[in-house]
Amino acid sequence: MSLKILVLAKQVPDTRNVGPDAMTPEGTVNRSALPAIFNPEDLNALEQALRLKDQFPGTTVTVITMGPGRAAEVIREAMYRGADGGYLLTDRAFAGADTLATSYALATAIKHVCPNVDLIIGGRQAIDGDTAQVGPQVAEKLGLNQITYTEEVLSLKDGKITVKRHIDGGVETVESPLPCVLTVNGSAAPCRPRNVKRVMKYKRCLAPMELAPETTFADLPYASEYEKKPYLKLGQLSCADVNADLQQCGLAGSPTKVKNVENIVFKAKESKVLTGSDEDVNGLIQELLASHTIG
Amino acid sequence: MNSVFVYCELEGTKVAEVSQELLTKGRKLANTLGVQLEAVAAGSGITGKVESQILPYGVDKLHIFDAEGLAPYTSKPHTAVLVNLFKQEQPQICLMGADVVGRDLGPRVSSALHSGLTADCTALEIGPHEDKKNGKTYENLLYQIRPAFGGNIVATIVNPENRPQMATVRSGVMKAEVLDPNYKGEVIIEDVAKFVPEAEYVTKVLDRHVEAAKNNLKGAPIIVAGGYGVGSKEGFDQLYELAKVLHAEVGASRAAVDAGFADHDLQIGQTGVTVRPKVYIACGISGAIQHVAGMKESGIIISINSDENAPINTIADYVINGTVEEVVPKLIKYYKQNSK
Repeated sequence: MSLKILVLAKQVPDTRNVGPDAMTPEGTVNRSALPAIFNPEDLNALEQALRLKDQFPGTTVTVITMGPGRAAEVIREAMYRGADGGYLLTDRAFAGADTLATSYALATAIKHVCPNVDLIIGGRQAIDGDTAQVGPQVAEKLGLNQITYTEEVLSLKDGKITVKRHIDGGVETVESPLPCVLTVNGSAAPCRPRNVKRVMKYKRCLAPMELAPETTFADLPYASEYEKKPYLKLGQLSCADVNADLQQCGLAGSPTKVKNVENIVFKAKESKVLTGSDEDVNGLIQELLASHTIG
Repeated sequence: MNSVFVYCELEGTKVAEVSQELLTKGRKLANTLGVQLEAVAAGSGITGKVESQILPYGVDKLHIFDAEGLAPYTSKPHTAVLVNLFKQEQPQICLMGADVVGRDLGPRVSSALHSGLTADCTALEIGPHEDKKNGKTYENLLYQIRPAFGGNIVATIVNPENRPQMATVRSGVMKAEVLDPNYKGEVIIEDVAKFVPEAEYVTKVLDRHVEAAKNNLKGAPIIVAGGYGVGSKEGFDQLYELAKVLHAEVGASRAAVDAGFADHDLQIGQTGVTVRPKVYIACGISGAIQHVAGMKESGIIISINSDENAPINTIADYVINGTVEEVVPKLIKYYKQNSK
């Protein structure tokens, strides 16, 4: 039995390692100070997909990521670790999407690239939004069942998958018919590392979006390689490629609007020294509550 | 006018605390809007058992869905309950808990109804909104306030056009208060089969264990960690109390673990767990390099130490010079006084 597995992955700013320069003096996010990384729980998701590939020869693991050209890095990284290929879903029309417009775009792309998918696996949530919404929203849009907070895939047979998942204060073992959508917890098995041979094989993989303006694969230093090895050209999909309804994409397709944003200013580590007096402790608590640091 | 709805989460026949917190908040929002508060409870064998846990929070209408397949919770049947009920009742606001159930269910319902959902709100208010682009103003929108971007910003989100305006809120963020123990609300026993087609019961729950959760140090936004300076196993009880009020997890340094004050699985540091919480409260921890390696990327570090030259103070944002037994009770006291 071989399976068609799609992994949903996202490139995110590394919000866990926020330094004092994460915010500009004007109070906006200083993106250049935050490295772009593979969303951590999407790596846990990839590992679950690769384990099924190990178990069922002939299984394909394909990554779908939505973002600008540089997000193709996520596809390459997944290929270094064992994924077969991927698609970069990229279009200006997708800009400003909230979770609902994002899941619409992803669901539309999934129908386009793999209408007979067996399993869709993504991380539980992305660290830049922490919403955990896109997985279930994609499942609903495709009319598929979902298993969220997955800890481990226990078995897959006779068109059914058995999964151990986290619930509040415990664990649950559930069985669902395929196809379905899984979202995987950060506490699940970590992703296997890169494989050196795969890195050598796929390091020149590029999505057309990553090329400099007005250039094609034929203009690249290793142009003949791209002729001989079609897998070096990563899949790329625009809004039109997947026949997405513009009204449901990007800002236009997003019911939620950001009314305003307040910054929590991160100070350099200049310690504020307090005594253990009632007055000092009370003042600290009030300060932390006012800045939404606690509470 | 369209009502405010709260989805009540159940464990067996017990209504979750977070749902009662949201009913309390929902009552206030309904009052501001001048509309009714309605609640939804879906489970098995719940009729006659959940009403008294829901109505006293000021619920005008309680919709009960009682059928065998609705407990334990699975995604699709509960989605069908809410989606079909909301198509019929057209609520303007829907609130649910930001725990495993709410975060599994909320996005599905919002996706089916094409309505906006904001996760993990820390505050909910009612107010106007002006859309400068299309020159429209909206009255009485739900302001959904939440930290974003890894907790580095706080955003206010609105859903101007789509209904219901959906939000999830974590347990403990809002306060549960009974409005009137004898509040007279209408109870409607709904016909489940009309809302949930048989084909929706697809997930089989094979096995289920609910028990006291093991620690969740890695994912905790706030950690209260104790070191040798806490002095004893009993001293850690204070830290657990502080952690409880802050919704934090308790961790420990190696010195505290070796001294038997705390369990080994609580150890933070090079040979324990590496953590990156938003707030790290180090109680009586001197700050050996091995410990610092496991927590230096925390957002805000608060050090409570009687030794003002403790190495950890150099990386702390706030240093409180004092003993743990003196300062921790004060943190608890003033947090309780100032929050909510």
